[in-house]
Amino acid sequence: MELRLDVLLAILAMTVVTYACRAGGYAVLRAVRPPPFVDAMLRHLPGALFAAYVAPPLVAGSWPAWIGALAVVGVQLGTRNLGVAICAGVAAVWGAQALAG
Amino acid sequence: MEGPAPHAPDRRVIFTRAGILRGARDTLPLWLGMLPFGLVVGIIADAKGLTFLETVLMSAIVYAGAAQLLALELWTDPAPIGAAALAALVVNIRMAPMGAALAGWLDRLRGWRLWGTLATMVDHSFAMAVREQRAGGRDAGYLLGVGLGLWVAWLLCTAIGHLAGSAVRVPPGHPLYFASVAAFLSIMVGLWRGPRVDLGPWVVAGLLAVAAHRAGLPAPVPLLGGTLAGAALGAWIELRDQARRPPPAAGSAASAPQGPAPGDRG
Repeated sequence: MELRLDVLLAILAMTVVTYACRAGGYAVLRAVRPPPFVDAMLRHLPGALFAAYVAPPLVAGSWPAWIGALAVVGVQLGTRNLGVAICAGVAAVWGAQALAG
Repeated sequence: MEGPAPHAPDRRVIFTRAGILRGARDTLPLWLGMLPFGLVVGIIADAKGLTFLETVLMSAIVYAGAAQLLALELWTDPAPIGAAALAALVVNIRMAPMGAALAGWLDRLRGWRLWGTLATMVDHSFAMAVREQRAGGRDAGYLLGVGLGLWVAWLLCTAIGHLAGSAVRVPPGHPLYFASVAAFLSIMVGLWRGPRVDLGPWVVAGLLAVAAHRAGLPAPVPLLGGTLAGAALGAWIELRDQARRPPPAAGSAASAPQGPAPGDRG
């Protein structure tokens, strides 16, 4: 049961930033409307972020990773259930790696 | 269901214990769906060397699954304070418009009821509160209840994940680590608004991240560079389309800010 100072500081920094997004966003956006470009950019941030996150491992990855990605997207489209889609993706990579020997 | 009086004289927003409990109860069907994502975050936290206490503390006070997962992917020893904060900012900035969209309730709250409710706000509680508001609900306690219910589930799932991860050593390269890519991919499916809007920005974000990665730029730079370029392109396309196409009816462009795809996230 250890709590290291550097880890605590990183967690606190994340907490402050996250609370600023939740509460500060309400306090600020209620008073001022951001310029349209900033507004639109905020809406595009999550999708672009996740694309930037998944691209390097998929491009560097072998074909089992691509099979897994297809499985995730297919199952998510079919079930709209995050948990089921994650499990399907991991299972597909597992199976493909086993096949690849 | 008793129909509300058509001329309800009192449309005041209330905040009751009953509303909080009802919100918390409405989260129960979501608990099972959160389990794999929570497990993944717990397992990765363990793999990155976080102790049980550190993992549970992070889940308890950051309480933002995608941001936690991303920060953990960037984790180093000693802990990367700046990179973790940056990851939280980029992932969670999407929550900034949510509170404003719920102003109909939040503007009537004061003190801990307002600032405490905001602390628990996540994608699901936002989406469920919007649905509740549109159905005529006026008990703002509902938003807090959903947030608290999901918070308990999140703590439990990540705690179980950490315990499982430390009980069974997962070797590097194990298919289980694909779970974090899988989590982000399935979130992306929920965010997808069609090729016109999202294809270009996402491809640019991905390609730039790959290029920066190959160029050997340090950890958060490829991610941030790709993200900002993709989002800027998305904003540019959107504003260009708006300028070309005159609004069909006055005022339709001034709708309330929307959260990302309500309904699909943990």
